[in-house]
Amino acid sequence: MLWNMILMSLREIKRNVMRSFLTILGIVIGVGAVITMVTIGGGATAQVSEQIASMGSNLLMVTPGKRLGPGQSSDTVLFKVSDGEAILRDISSIAAVAPVSSKSLQAVYGNENWSTQVTGSDNQYFRVTNRSIRTGRQFSDSELRGGAAVCVVGETVRKKLFGGQESFWGNIRLEKLSCQVIGILEAKGQNTMGMDQDDIVVIPLRTYQRRISGNQDVALFQVSVQQGASTDKAQQDIHRLMRERRHLSPSDDDNFNVMDMKEIAKMLTGTTQLLTALLSAVAAVSLLVGGIGIMNIMLVSVTERTREIGIRLAIGALEREVLMQFLVEAVVLSSFGGLVGIALATAASFGLARLMQVPYLFNLTINVLSFLFSAAIGVIFGYFPARRAARLDPIDALRHE
Amino acid sequence: MRTGDDHQINSETEQHLIELRGVTKVYGEGYASMQALRGIDLLIDEGEFVAIMGPSGSGKSTCMNILGCLDTPTAGTYTFKDVEVNQLTRNQCALLRRHYQGFVFQGYNLLNRTSALENVELPLIYRGAPAHERRERALKALETVGLKGWESHTPGELSGGQQQRVAIARAIITGPAVLLADEPTGNLDTARRREIMELLASLNHNHGITIIIITHERDMAAYASRVVHFLDGLVESDERDRKVK
Repeated sequence: MLWNMILMSLREIKRNVMRSFLTILGIVIGVGAVITMVTIGGGATAQVSEQIASMGSNLLMVTPGKRLGPGQSSDTVLFKVSDGEAILRDISSIAAVAPVSSKSLQAVYGNENWSTQVTGSDNQYFRVTNRSIRTGRQFSDSELRGGAAVCVVGETVRKKLFGGQESFWGNIRLEKLSCQVIGILEAKGQNTMGMDQDDIVVIPLRTYQRRISGNQDVALFQVSVQQGASTDKAQQDIHRLMRERRHLSPSDDDNFNVMDMKEIAKMLTGTTQLLTALLSAVAAVSLLVGGIGIMNIMLVSVTERTREIGIRLAIGALEREVLMQFLVEAVVLSSFGGLVGIALATAASFGLARLMQVPYLFNLTINVLSFLFSAAIGVIFGYFPARRAARLDPIDALRHE
Repeated sequence: MRTGDDHQINSETEQHLIELRGVTKVYGEGYASMQALRGIDLLIDEGEFVAIMGPSGSGKSTCMNILGCLDTPTAGTYTFKDVEVNQLTRNQCALLRRHYQGFVFQGYNLLNRTSALENVELPLIYRGAPAHERRERALKALETVGLKGWESHTPGELSGGQQQRVAIARAIITGPAVLLADEPTGNLDTARRREIMELLASLNHNHGITIIIITHERDMAAYASRVVHFLDGLVESDERDRKVK
């Protein structure tokens, strides 16, 4: 019986190809959009986590305040250089600690100027962040100690300021600080968030504190754990050490954070996921609109086929069977829309993934879910017209022209 | 109400296929109401070929609708095969139609753009018959009505007479106890009318199907073994045991 009804509805759909296509268009677009959003979002999330993980599982970041990012309270107790020194000295499994303070500034050379990230740190910074110097040299000890006006620039900054010159050892100006270029970094490309990692100028931390920030604070520490040593253990050790140094009693909350790359990844992907969820919700609304389209056409169909319904009722079709027939038709239509939507989404997300250079990850759950959802829309929005058909009076229906 | 009493009195030995007792039908309410049937008593036995005649508005079609369980009487009782139809739900009525009744309409009422074979198969689909059985029986029914070779034609490709034959094949495919035909020849020319009436007569004669038709014309009614005349919602005359032409 069910099979017969599916065959009947397929024939009915075939008779009105154009109308059926327009009817399911809403569902197609809805399903397509939802799946594409989720797939691309999933790809982007996976890419972020993967890239962060590839930065090294042995990296830790120590930040003041309760959490990284915006929303830090102003009364946050900042770090001093000595905190970093203590970490390196007291915890045996630590390979390197780089103090990092940075600020966005205009770098000026001649007529060229370029807004870039100026970072105050030391030579450990290159080691911890996996950068190497292409040409030139690192900071010397005396430069670090004395807060000399020297800098190491990234590839992007070099290109913007010096153009064709592969190396340049003159002075550039950072705000009021004029400093001499002593090294140029190896190009690193974009990072996970699409930020240019070569858009950077590194100066000695002391220089930064004296000439730019005007205080003795350090914004954060980047810590690399020795190969083979446990990152978790190091994380705990730093945590304990920092609590001690900050004189926190057991009842006090932490006023700093020690994060490993997994946590940072989670934090960064959280934004992507939220965005994905929002966009998917918008797309889901179009599914609803698609459902209303189906209901509309089914109502038209019932009116058009009143006579047919009368015939069926007269030869002994039960109310329930007429109801089922129209319901099946609505479900077949909407499921078909779901399938077309899935096909469309696969093509679209594959293309988009290549365009946006994120990996294409087939998400089985969302595909199955979208399909079931589109079928459910058929049931929900097909029910009302189907019931109307089933309740027709056979005599009236037969007289209907 | 006199209906109840009548029913009590009438406990004859023979069981009738169809028994209408004091059936009335009123459409509308109050001043606008119209009495289509004013108290009909009609007994029809198995194997009869009954023609119902009468002018427009005499209540023939209303009576037919009641016989086909498509409509319910305002008062009175309708008993079909010992089942009191008044008491049945809408679905039970549908089942009764499905299993015991075949319908033929003046306007054929076939499904458009659907082949003759599939039109004939339709009632069997609702009976849940398997595909091969449906096909077999539909082919046989089409052969019975003389449409062998026309199975794949759609109603649009068939003449009126042929369409009515398809409709008759559809009505008899389930082997109904009664075939109800509401002016089956109304839309046809004289020659086709004869053919259809002869077909109905032969179904009655050779297959023993009880047939009730509504017709306007004496020569069509002449094929029946019994003619019931309606006038103003009442049975005016009932001529039984006529010679079959």
